Amino acid sequence: MREKATYLLGALGALVMISNLHTIFVGLPDDALQGMIFRIIFIHVPADLVADLFFTIALVTSVLFLARKNFIYDSITVACIEVATMLILVNLVTGSIWGRNQWGVWWTWDLRLTTQLMKFVLYMSYLVVRPAIAEPTQKATMSAIIAIFAYADVPLVWMAIRLPNVRTNHPSPVLGNGKMAAVYNAPFGMGMLALLLIGSALVLLRLHQETSQREIDSLRRELHAA
Amino acid sequence: MTHGFRTAYAIARKDLRTELRTKESLNAAASFAVVILVLFSFAFPLERDEFYAISGGLLWLVYSFAGALIVNRGFARELPNDCLDVLIASRAPGWAIFLGKAVAAFLLLLIVEFICLPVFGLFYNIRWTDSFGSLVLVIVLATWGITVVGTAFSAVTVNVRVRELMLPVLLYPMIIPLLIGAMEATTVLLSGEAMAGDNLYSLQLLVVFDVIYTALALYLIDYVLVV
Repeated sequence: MREKATYLLGALGALVMISNLHTIFVGLPDDALQGMIFRIIFIHVPADLVADLFFTIALVTSVLFLARKNFIYDSITVACIEVATMLILVNLVTGSIWGRNQWGVWWTWDLRLTTQLMKFVLYMSYLVVRPAIAEPTQKATMSAIIAIFAYADVPLVWMAIRLPNVRTNHPSPVLGNGKMAAVYNAPFGMGMLALLLIGSALVLLRLHQETSQREIDSLRRELHAA
Repeated sequence: MTHGFRTAYAIARKDLRTELRTKESLNAAASFAVVILVLFSFAFPLERDEFYAISGGLLWLVYSFAGALIVNRGFARELPNDCLDVLIASRAPGWAIFLGKAVAAFLLLLIVEFICLPVFGLFYNIRWTDSFGSLVLVIVLATWGITVVGTAFSAVTVNVRVRELMLPVLLYPMIIPLLIGAMEATTVLLSGEAMAGDNLYSLQLLVVFDVIYTALALYLIDYVLVV
């Protein structure tokens, strides 16, 4: 049942994504200033927003794990962080492509790009260290602590690169202040919905894997103990 | 509370005494730092004046490399003879054990840094004595940040299979904002600019980082040690 719901969620997300891609490529005219490349915004921005949502959930579940020692919270944390890190990669790659087209360079060390890259590196270190800890309780506890430390670092990096003489190339925010043409609102919302659905499906899938893995491990331990 | 601080003091003294007798990590960190300083001069073949622009960056890369070597020993030192289990089982509160270890690592790293500073000035013809007071403040703030995060992660990774590999993987991304602040501040000071106006941002960043991570580490260390 749960598995079916997960796949249904993913399929729904894929459908929304495909229909949205159709709107974006066929329905929308090219941007007056950027030409055709502007369409990347409907993937680029939702990817980051959905990733940040998952990182925040991971922070909450990390704290909950330390408080309650229930392994389900650890499983949710790792599922969320894995999917969110992948979404950050999507955000970085699409941004880089846009940058090459608009700025002429793939990468520049400006404020938002640096912050985003650091977020990616921080959570990558979580994913790298986690498998190296063998004992389950220890693995979950240490992972929760790393996740909390990593989340605390994100606003600091954001602040660090606002130090003097910072120049930024990244477009200023256009959401919620009326700077985006009204015709883009619907595809943007659909882009959010699509990635939210696909992301949630992936998180649930990963969560299912993680809980099964835990069951298998405990069965194996029982077998060895017997 | 007083009991905790007395315990922390005892642990810091014990760590320092063992280290100063064996000089295990001190020798390794100091010689490694000097080697890196030598290599940098080939990596960046610049004129003397140009060196001032990258001086902060060079210095803090060296310091953070040395720092990783020092904090790595922090909790690993207690592994032989199950000393760590005894420490945890003792009446010493977790935060006191952590504080003692962090203070010891902090002082050791400071020793290495003040050995490297004159060598750095000498190799690269950089005058570092003019703004020595402010430089000490920056070094103390940033070194505390490195050691507090480093010691916390040394506790996290102490039972990990490939400890020596995992600590840097965790430590460096975490201390990026700290290093950005320290590099900016040091470059400003070594270039002879005043630490005022916009330049104060980097100092504020160091203070904020230290406060947040000291609080976080002291609060979370019990979960790290007792699993």
